[in-house]
Amino acid sequence: MISTHYIPPQPAPPAVRAKWKGKRIAGVTVLSLWILGAIGLAAFLIASWDPELVRRYGPNYLSGLWITVQLVVLSALAGAVLSVPIAVGRNSHNRIAQALSYGYVYFFRGTPLLAQTFLIYYGLGSFRPQFEAVGLWWFFRDAWYCALLAFTLNTSAYQAEILRGAIAAVPRGQWEAAAALGLPRSLTIRKIILPQAMIVALRPYVNEIILLLKGSAIVAIITVFDLMGETRRAYARTFDFQTYIWAALIYLSLVELLRMSTEKIEARLTRHLKRS
Amino acid sequence: MERVLELVSFGSSGWGDEIASGVLVTVSLALATLPFGLALGFLIALAKISGDRYLKLSADIFTTIFRGLPELLTLFLVYYGAQIALQHMLIYVGVTGGFEINAFVAGMVALGVVFAAYASEVFVAAFTAIPRGQYEGAAALGLGRRQTLRLVILPQLIRVALPGLSNLWLILLKETSLVSVIGLSDLLRQSSIAARVSRQAFLFYLIACLIYLALAMLSSIAFNRIERKVATPGMTR
Repeated sequence: MISTHYIPPQPAPPAVRAKWKGKRIAGVTVLSLWILGAIGLAAFLIASWDPELVRRYGPNYLSGLWITVQLVVLSALAGAVLSVPIAVGRNSHNRIAQALSYGYVYFFRGTPLLAQTFLIYYGLGSFRPQFEAVGLWWFFRDAWYCALLAFTLNTSAYQAEILRGAIAAVPRGQWEAAAALGLPRSLTIRKIILPQAMIVALRPYVNEIILLLKGSAIVAIITVFDLMGETRRAYARTFDFQTYIWAALIYLSLVELLRMSTEKIEARLTRHLKRS
Repeated sequence: MERVLELVSFGSSGWGDEIASGVLVTVSLALATLPFGLALGFLIALAKISGDRYLKLSADIFTTIFRGLPELLTLFLVYYGAQIALQHMLIYVGVTGGFEINAFVAGMVALGVVFAAYASEVFVAAFTAIPRGQYEGAAALGLGRRQTLRLVILPQLIRVALPGLSNLWLILLKETSLVSVIGLSDLLRQSSIAARVSRQAFLFYLIACLIYLALAMLSSIAFNRIERKVATPGMTR
């Protein structure tokens, strides 16, 4: 038997009034701390604004920035070229090529970039007679070339792993379908594999460039006057802390610029995957 | 070869004991930074998933800053900045005289906040990997918010977050080398001194690199052990 006693319709429960709960209080507190910090920083920069300082060190900062950008771009490009044979070696069936490329990647990913830079600049620099004999001393004498070499070797190891992972992420069927269509291998790679691998690789690549940009600050230690080097020089002469603040602002905006442009590029690369 | 052995031997003629003490500093700095960075990173991750707009924004600002700054610059900002700030404070209180920040503490703070910024992302990713049903199941069992987090969520969170955290640990281990610049006698600094004095730069920097590699290998072994320990038998994910 079906009950005929229905529960009469009830009025909707009263809307819960948004209370100032712990989270909201914590959020507002922390955010106001950030805002206070930002105001304090701005006040500090305005109070210590000195046209003389800008006139003297502004151009230095610009030339330092240019050195930093050059270092990052050149080593990223050279590393990209060098990463191809390493990635091929990692994927090959040849035992020796495999072991060599694995050892290379393991060494450069497992040791600090600073130690690698020292190893190349100071370490190889101690073989002066040998390098002079083969006429390579001009290269290893120069901190700039050594930094470039260290960064290239380092980033090529990371980029090789990114490349390997991205190509492995393209399904086998894509290769097989291209073969079934009779496409030659080079065309398959260029038109089918790389566009799909790029989608996977873009973020790791940009992350690697950001890491390289941040890591490039250490070349200041081996007397290359990049942005960090110029900052250290300016601080050593003025003992004015705003020198470091300006460097921090420049680095932060560079990294954010890279991140934002990646999002644009990613949206473009994946436009065929978007619905609507 | 004999000369090399003499150089790396322990005792007054070799550099073995100096380098060993450097290794100790490197390892203890990394180990001291880890709990601080993990706790801060976890708090920031909680702020990011809290659902409160302002709390999330504050946490995002933190991550943006410390993932965007070069680690070396962060270290200098902490080291010199804290020194200047403390000096001003002391003058304000009325104490004058020199003041030095401990390089170890400065390194710990700088590396810790960078670690926390990255770790918070790992934790957030792990939180989102836990299905809603786990929270609902815990609520159905009558567990409170704290209990849910501690008994249901955390054990699964650790499992998902462990690979990411082990990566961050390896990065931390390498970044400790930066404190050699502010004068802490870590592995790299001790090797640099040995290299300069003995005029065997290549040998000592290579040794430093190999020791860093060995530390990374040991860490990988340790992490594999931990991973096996926290894994649930028969569970795949």
